[in-house]
Amino acid sequence: MLRKTRIALAIAMITLVTLLFLGVSWRLNLWINWVAKIQLLPAVLAMNFIVIAALIVLTLVFGRIYCSVICPLGVMQDFFSWIGGKIWKNRFRHTKEHKWLRYSLLGIFVVCLIIGFAPVTTLLAPYSAYGRIVNSLFRPLYDMLINTLAGMETDTYYFSEVEIWMRSVSTFAVAIITLVVLALLALRWGRAYCNSICPVGTTLSFFARFSFFKVRFSNDKCKHCGLCEKNCKASAIDFKNGTVDYSRCVVCGDCLAKCKFDALHFSLPKARKAETADNTPSPSDPSRRTFLAAAGMLTATAAMAQTQMKVDGGLAVIEDKQQPERKTRITPPGSISHRNMNRHCTACQLCVSACPNDVLRPSTEFSTFMQPVMSFERGYCRPECSRCSEVCPTGAIRKITPADKTAVHAGHAVWIAKNCVPLTDGVSCGNCARHCPTGAIQMVDYEGVQVPAVDTNKCIGCGACENLCPARPFSAIYVEGNEQQVIN
Amino acid sequence: MKRRDFLQTLGGAAVASSALLAACKNDNNNTTVSSENVTDGNGEMTYRTNPNTGDRVSLLGYGMMRLPVEAGGSARENPDSPIDQDMVNQQVDYALEHGVNYFDTSPAYCKGQSEHSTGIALARHPRDKYFIATKLSNFDPRTWSRTASQQMFENSLKELQTSYVDYLLLHSIGGSSEEKDAIQTFNGRYMDNGILDWLVEQKTKGRIRNLGFSYHGDIKIFDMLLQWHDEGRYHWDFVQIELNYLDWDFADEINPRNTDASYLYEELRKRGIPAVIMEPLLGGRLANLPDYIVKQMQQREPQSPVARWAFRYAGTPEGVLCVLSGMTYMEHLKENLATYSPLRPITDEENAFLMDIARQVYDLKNVPCTACNYCMPCPYGINIPAIFSHYNKCIAEGNHPHPDDRDENYSRQRRAFLVGYDRSVPKLRQASHCIGCGQCAPHCPQQIDIPTEMRMIDDYVEKLKTNG
Repeated sequence: MLRKTRIALAIAMITLVTLLFLGVSWRLNLWINWVAKIQLLPAVLAMNFIVIAALIVLTLVFGRIYCSVICPLGVMQDFFSWIGGKIWKNRFRHTKEHKWLRYSLLGIFVVCLIIGFAPVTTLLAPYSAYGRIVNSLFRPLYDMLINTLAGMETDTYYFSEVEIWMRSVSTFAVAIITLVVLALLALRWGRAYCNSICPVGTTLSFFARFSFFKVRFSNDKCKHCGLCEKNCKASAIDFKNGTVDYSRCVVCGDCLAKCKFDALHFSLPKARKAETADNTPSPSDPSRRTFLAAAGMLTATAAMAQTQMKVDGGLAVIEDKQQPERKTRITPPGSISHRNMNRHCTACQLCVSACPNDVLRPSTEFSTFMQPVMSFERGYCRPECSRCSEVCPTGAIRKITPADKTAVHAGHAVWIAKNCVPLTDGVSCGNCARHCPTGAIQMVDYEGVQVPAVDTNKCIGCGACENLCPARPFSAIYVEGNEQQVIN
Repeated sequence: MKRRDFLQTLGGAAVASSALLAACKNDNNNTTVSSENVTDGNGEMTYRTNPNTGDRVSLLGYGMMRLPVEAGGSARENPDSPIDQDMVNQQVDYALEHGVNYFDTSPAYCKGQSEHSTGIALARHPRDKYFIATKLSNFDPRTWSRTASQQMFENSLKELQTSYVDYLLLHSIGGSSEEKDAIQTFNGRYMDNGILDWLVEQKTKGRIRNLGFSYHGDIKIFDMLLQWHDEGRYHWDFVQIELNYLDWDFADEINPRNTDASYLYEELRKRGIPAVIMEPLLGGRLANLPDYIVKQMQQREPQSPVARWAFRYAGTPEGVLCVLSGMTYMEHLKENLATYSPLRPITDEENAFLMDIARQVYDLKNVPCTACNYCMPCPYGINIPAIFSHYNKCIAEGNHPHPDDRDENYSRQRRAFLVGYDRSVPKLRQASHCIGCGQCAPHCPQQIDIPTEMRMIDDYVEKLKTNG
C-alpha cells in the first residue's frame, strides 16, 4: 500500500516537473508551476517559509517521503534502480552511513550558498540537476517531435516550429555526465547519491530521524530471511539487528512489499529502536549540459551565384550573428542584481526552457556557471513576455509583469560606429530606433548620415536593437549588462 | 554530403511532402479541379492567329517562370533547388499533346535556369510544333553594353537549343533602375547601344520571327514605343501586357503609378497589334480569394474553379493572342487546358459580375505583389515575396484580425497569422529586419513601395505580438 501510493504519487510528480521543463504549453506551465516552487532548495532560496515549514512537517510525520515523491532526481534514480533490480536480484547490503562525507559536503554546500559561490551549489542541487537533464537532453527531442508535427500541418496552427540549438556546450556536458553517473550509481547502488552526497537529502535526514511514521520491525514475526535488507536501495536496513537507519530511509515501501511474514510496518511508534548505520561510497561531481543543434529544418541559406547579370529570385546569404564580448553580463529583468542572481539561482534551467525568444542561455563563466544570461543573436527580450520571472522558483528572478518591463533596466545599448550600415554600406537604416520599445534611440546626424544615439536613461537592455541590426556578424549596436537593475 | 546539405535535403524533403499536400491550396496558382467540369474541357484548344506571321497560337501559353523544383513547389518558393527536369519534361509533353504551342521563358527566370530547362524539354519535339518566346533581360547595368546584350541573345539560342526565336521581347520596359528614370533606363538598355536596331537586323535574318516588348510601369515608355510604331520607325509584332479583371479598371486605383489594362489593350487593339497576356491571375492572388468572394463565383458555377473566371476573362478579348500561365503543377496545367479547350468567352453579363468582384478584391487592400521575384535577392536577406504572400494569404483566409477590434475569433486568427508567418518566412528574413534601404523598389514591375509595405506589415505583426 505504501509502495503503490508512493509510486503513483512519484510518477505524477515527475511527470508534472518534466512537462514543466519541456514547456508543453505555457498555459499548462502556469498551472503546474507549483511543482518547482515546492522543491526544498528553491523554497529556501526564495525564503518561502510556508513551503519550508510544510516540508519539515511532512518529513517529521512521514520521514523522507520528499525524496521518494517530490524530488524528481530521486524519482529518476528510483527508475534506474528498478531496472537494476531486474538485472541483479536482491543486490543491496546494509552499509554504514558515510557521515563524514555527508556532513562535510553539506557544510561546503551551505558555505557556498552563503558566500554565493554558484558552481558548487548549482552542481549539487538535485532538482536543478534534473531540470538540466530534461532541458538539455529531452527538450530537444521533444522539440523535434513538435517540429515534425508542425511540418505535417497544412491549414492548421496547433504546433509552432521552434529552433533547436546548442545553448551551452558545457551545460549540455554537465547534464549528460549527471545522467550517466546517476544512472550507473542507481542501477547498482540505489540511492547512494541521495544518502551520501545530496545536501537536500542530508538536511532532511536530520528531521527524518524523528518522524512519527517509520518503517518498523515486528521482531516476533521476523524470520530473519534478509529479503528486506537485500531490497533496500538506501542500504538502510540491518535485518540482523532488526534496525533501520531513518536518516537514509526514503520511505519507498519496497521492504514492506518484499516481506513475506508481515514483519515490517510503516507505523507510529510502539517501542522504538533506532540505530544508525551506513552505506555505499559514491562518486562526486555531477553535471554539465546542452544539445547538438539539429539546425532548423529550413536553414534558408542560399548562395546567389555572382552571375554576370541580374536574374530574378534567390536569397542573400545571411551571416550568423556572433555574440559580442560584453564587459558585463546581462541577467534577466527581475533578477535585481548580479549578486541576487548569483546567490539564489540553482541553475535549474527552467527560465531558459521557458524563454520563447531564444534569449536566455546558461552562462559558461566559472563563477556563474550554468546560471542564465541573456544574449540576442537569435531573438530579443520581447516587451510582452515575462515568463522567466514567472517560473523562477528560487527568487533569482523576481516576478515582474510585462508592464513593469519598460521600467526595469537590465542593461544599456552601446553604438559601434564601425559596424553601422549607413556608414559602411551607404544606405539609410534606423532599424534599431524604429524597434526600440522605450524610444531610447533617436537618429542623429553624423558625418552626413543618420546614426543612432542612445538615451541610456530610457534604455532597458532588451536587445531589440542588437538583434534587428543589419550589421553582421557583429551588430552596430549591442547591449552591455547592468550589475544592478535600475528601476525607474 | 556536408551536414548543411544534408539538413537542407532533409528540410527540402519535408517541404516537398507538405507542398504535395498543399498543392491544391498553393497560392501561386490556380486551385485544383475538384471534379470534371461538364461544360469545359470537352473540345479542342482555342487558337488565335497572329496577323503578322499567320502563326496559329494556342490561347494557353506556358509560362516557364514558376517551374517545379526538386525540393518541391516552384522555383519561386525554393529558388536554390535545382529544377525538376523530369517533371518539366512530363508537363511540356502533356501540354504539347493537348494543343499548347507557345512557351515563354527568359534568361532571368528561375535564377537563370529556366531557358536551359525549357531547351531540354522542347528539343525533344520537332521544332515546327511549338513557338518559343524569350526576352532580352538586360536589367543589370553591367549587361547594357552592346556585346553583353548581344551575348545574352546568343546565349538564349544556345540554351534553348535552337537557331531562331519565334517571339523575342524587350523585357519589362517601363521599369527604372536605382539611379535612372524609365526613359534613361530604356535608352541605356536598348537605344544607346544600338541593340534595338541590331535585333531588327536579326529579324531580317530570320533569327527572330516576331519582335515585341513586355511592359510594366511608366506609361510614357509604352506611349513612346507605340508612337514609333505609328511613325513607322519600329514595327511591333506583338506586345505583352498585364491584363486581368482587377487591372482592367483598378490598376491606377491600386497604385497611381500604374495604368489600367483597358487603356493598354485598347491602344494595341487600335493598331492591330496582338496582345500576349501576363499575370492573368496576378501571381495567384485571383485564385486565392476570401470565402465570401469565392462563394459568389461558385454560386454561379459550382463546378468551376475560381481561377477559371480569371483565365476566361483574360482570353476573351479578340485581340489577345495568348494568355500566359506559370504552371508549376500538372494539376494547374490540366485545369487550364480544360478552361481553354475551348474557351467559353465571358458574356457581357458575366463581365459586369466580374467588375463587381474586382471592386471587392480591390477593397481587400492586400499588397499587389505577384511574387515575380524581380526584387530579389534583397541584400539584407529579406524574403520580400514570401512576406507579402503570407500577408495576402491571411487576408484571403480571414486571418487578419485587428487587435483594437477583437471578436471571439481573435486569438485563433492571431495564432494562424503569427505561427503561419514563422512557418512561411524564417525569422531572419521577416519584415522586422527590413532596414528600408529601398534598393528593391525600382525592380518591382507592380511599382510597389516595398519598404513602406514592409513597415506596415512589421507594425501589424508587432501589434499582434504585443496584444495576446
